[in-house]
Amino acid sequence: MHWRNTEECYGAVAVALHWLMAILVVGLFALGVYMRSLTYHDAWYIRGPYLHKSVGLLLLGLLAARLVWRFVSPPPRVQLTLTPLVRRFSGLVHVVFYVLLFAIMLSGYLISTADGRPIEVFGWFAIPATLTGIPRQADLAGQVHLMLGYGVIAVAVVHALAALKHQFVDHDDTLLRMLGCRAFR
Amino acid sequence: MSIAQRPLLTLAVLTLAAALGLPGSATAEVEKYVIDTANGHASINFRIRHLDFGWVYGRFNTFSGTFTYDTESPKNSGIELQIQTASVDSNQAERDKHLRNKDFLNVDKFPTATFKSTSYTEGLGTAELAGDFTLNGVTKPIRFQVERLGNGPDPWGNYRRAFMGTTEIPLKAFGIEDFGPTARSVELTFVIEGIRK
Repeated sequence: MHWRNTEECYGAVAVALHWLMAILVVGLFALGVYMRSLTYHDAWYIRGPYLHKSVGLLLLGLLAARLVWRFVSPPPRVQLTLTPLVRRFSGLVHVVFYVLLFAIMLSGYLISTADGRPIEVFGWFAIPATLTGIPRQADLAGQVHLMLGYGVIAVAVVHALAALKHQFVDHDDTLLRMLGCRAFR
Repeated sequence: MSIAQRPLLTLAVLTLAAALGLPGSATAEVEKYVIDTANGHASINFRIRHLDFGWVYGRFNTFSGTFTYDTESPKNSGIELQIQTASVDSNQAERDKHLRNKDFLNVDKFPTATFKSTSYTEGLGTAELAGDFTLNGVTKPIRFQVERLGNGPDPWGNYRRAFMGTTEIPLKAFGIEDFGPTARSVELTFVIEGIRK
């Protein structure tokens, strides 16, 4: 299996980034929703946010790596069997994903750093605060974080349903492509 | 003479004094003060136990109010306070965010806490202030132990008067989730310094 993307199929790096980020995005969303239900004495009241913030910032690293990789090794071309409208829409969904994920991470960062404290990533390193002291910063950033979180999951559902439809209704191997070149062949 | 007749007598004496233009009538004036929040010489502080361990101190940064002080008859003094609960500040942004939500201060629904005094009694060196405290939409009578601090002219041409009041309120009584057996109530310390109008 190739590391790099080819004209026809995704290479190992793109496939790994796609599925790892998919798992983390869904996991972070589930943990985020769960965290909101916790009260003071719950064991996960401290552990949940710690894990959520650490993994969230690592995901930011993966998002950056993915963007860089797009330039190093451009994705395969979209199947020519698709109509121009569908191809354009698919491109738009990918841009929306990148923008939403970045905005979610930024708003999450602004919640936890509102008082100037850094964010610890598993105790390995800390990301310092920059923008602080906006009136009710943590609340505003929290509302944005919540709404965009639901938004990215909504887009992900559309994305997943579309992939399944292309694979099993249109039989154009859209889903198979994302399992790597060998699976595609 | 019965006690009930005394206020009438006092009134008669004061009226006479006023009619004669005696200087004594000026001292009976009720002094009106605006709490000096503009320059940060007043504060609404709280502290609560952290489990079985330490104390967490915090403040409400935004509030305003006025009080009156009757030098002749202190029991006629009174105070009104409006506290913006969204300004809660325990020096930890994530905790403050949680304190503002509906489990605790519910600030979107009830943005203002108020205190309005109903009685004030001064003893020798101590004083007690009773009043209605509204927090999280719930109004309950509470009592402050009051320490009279200084009063007099400041170096910049104003006349100031200050008090400090402390009380303890049970959180559940105000519909606020408490923090376990050691932290069912929160201590409040109000430092009130006013500038005479």
